[in-house]
Amino acid sequence: MTAGSLSWRWLAAGVGALLAALLAGLAVGPAGIPPSALFEGRLSPLQEAVLWELRAPRVLLGALVGATLATAGAAYQAVFRNPLADPYLLGAAAGAGLGATVAIVYAGFVPLPLAAFAGATGAVAGAYLLGRSVGDGRGTATLILAGVAMAAFLTALQTLLLQQNTENVRAIYSWLLGRLSTSGWHEVGLVAPYAAVSIAVVLAYRRLLDVLRVGDQEAVALGVRVGRLRLLVIGAATLGTAAAVAASGLIGFVGIIIPHAVRLLAGSSFRVVLPLSMLFGAAFLVLADVVARTVLSPAELPIGVVTACIGAPFFVLVLRTSREAAA
Amino acid sequence: MGSRLAAAVVVAVIALAIAGCGESSSSADEQRPTRIVSLSPSATETLFAIGAGGQVIAVDEESDHPAGVPRTDLSSYQPNVEAIVGYEPDLVVLPASVPRDVPAGLRRVGLRVLRTPAPANLDDAYAQMRQLGRVTGHAEAGEELAERTEARVERLIVGAPSGHGLDFFHELDPDLFSTGTKSFIGRIYQRLGLENVAEPAARRAGTPYPQLSSEAVVAADPDLIVLADTECCDQSPAKVMRRPGWQRVTAVDDGAVVAIDDDVASRWGPRIPVFVAKVVEAMQLARAAEVGS
Repeated sequence: MTAGSLSWRWLAAGVGALLAALLAGLAVGPAGIPPSALFEGRLSPLQEAVLWELRAPRVLLGALVGATLATAGAAYQAVFRNPLADPYLLGAAAGAGLGATVAIVYAGFVPLPLAAFAGATGAVAGAYLLGRSVGDGRGTATLILAGVAMAAFLTALQTLLLQQNTENVRAIYSWLLGRLSTSGWHEVGLVAPYAAVSIAVVLAYRRLLDVLRVGDQEAVALGVRVGRLRLLVIGAATLGTAAAVAASGLIGFVGIIIPHAVRLLAGSSFRVVLPLSMLFGAAFLVLADVVARTVLSPAELPIGVVTACIGAPFFVLVLRTSREAAA
Repeated sequence: MGSRLAAAVVVAVIALAIAGCGESSSSADEQRPTRIVSLSPSATETLFAIGAGGQVIAVDEESDHPAGVPRTDLSSYQPNVEAIVGYEPDLVVLPASVPRDVPAGLRRVGLRVLRTPAPANLDDAYAQMRQLGRVTGHAEAGEELAERTEARVERLIVGAPSGHGLDFFHELDPDLFSTGTKSFIGRIYQRLGLENVAEPAARRAGTPYPQLSSEAVVAADPDLIVLADTECCDQSPAKVMRRPGWQRVTAVDDGAVVAIDDDVASRWGPRIPVFVAKVVEAMQLARAAEVGS
């Protein structure tokens, strides 16, 4: 086995975690379907409707969004060689937030998912063009700064719009904190194609992203077309992120803690980090959603609060154990 | 002699008292505000209903009823003290939700401020109508509005079918925020004898405005649904029918889903009976379906 390749053990662990999370997601909910009835298939028509029309799509959407955000986060960290990068770095969240706010304020004018998707992709495209125009060939710093400027500007616009339409505060706020609680198969269908393409493209470039770790110039010397690689991976990651936020709002933390946890535990090669981020990201978000619907059941907790609340301590724990292991 | 003196003293005291009353009533007239700024949509509706509308010179951006109110871009959410002072008001009616520094700032420049907290129940709402009447010089009209509103609400409650055994879901927005029994709206449903499917969530989450999931609502299977998110969020009974899983809900199946103007369902002014009537209509639909099936 060569250093940096994905071990079967970790792959099995990732698949196992995802399967366990999916089962837990299907088994737990306010409708209180007993697990025995669930596994023996003895369900009333109402319980069946709850399970297949409400719970199953919610669980699956959580898995898709978690997988997409975690993979996109790892991809962003790879192309920017920056451990603090996350899928929202170039303004995707701010753009989606503005799009969603417009859709909520002018209800019926444009569907919310479309507005959020357009906002996210538009913001990143804008940041990319802006970064290129001011600092072509000067590496990633100008691109990140362009993203920061774009995010600040769009967030300001969004806040302005919110201030002028305070009657929509709750709806906008609830979108900003992320939600899976009202999702159905329609949302799953919306996200799935983008998530699949996004993850497939990013995974296909995992070896080249490993080469990029040595630096832009070195990668060019090794024959990698760095500019093209960066554009493709950013484009793919952004497409997936935009679809994810369009369906579920702004769910934070997944894109940053999952890749880092994977890196600390399983190794830093992107051939390991990318596929494991996908699996553990999916498992993490499904479990976070189980917590979101259980802690105050039958009331809901915003999923974004849960990912941050359990994500941050979990991350510190991983950081500590991996340091102790290294010492 | 002694008794005559006593009588004279009594007469003098009464005379003084009468004079005093006259004085105090004339000073009340001087205090009768003529430049009112209202930043509470509920209070605005009440002010116009009791005939104080002519004294109102500016209302906030969300005060949109009745037609012709002097709407401005003043915010009821984060009001700007200087912008309010700019209207040179002699009474500012504020919702209790504004930040504390707003009434403090207004009082510092010598303005009269009336805070109108969200009522806990119907009696509080009627009391607020009377209070707005008293402070604006329309005490009688305030009293009348309170009595008239109460009479209409009580008539509706008496005429409503029994709420016993009927579960309802009151929808505040499509993310399924609802309200528990401890809110003003929740109390009205309680008066009608209805069971609130959001109450367990409200208790568990410790808030009068909990968020539910589709699963929680479908599993609770309400007999009637009141949509108070028709204006904000473009919801309708037809849209509820198309939500995944909701076709199995009794209210949806029975056609006992009613849509109401968000404002009517969230303000505590003269339109309270309109809201109560709508809920009663939903109860009648639910009961009719029961009989039919």
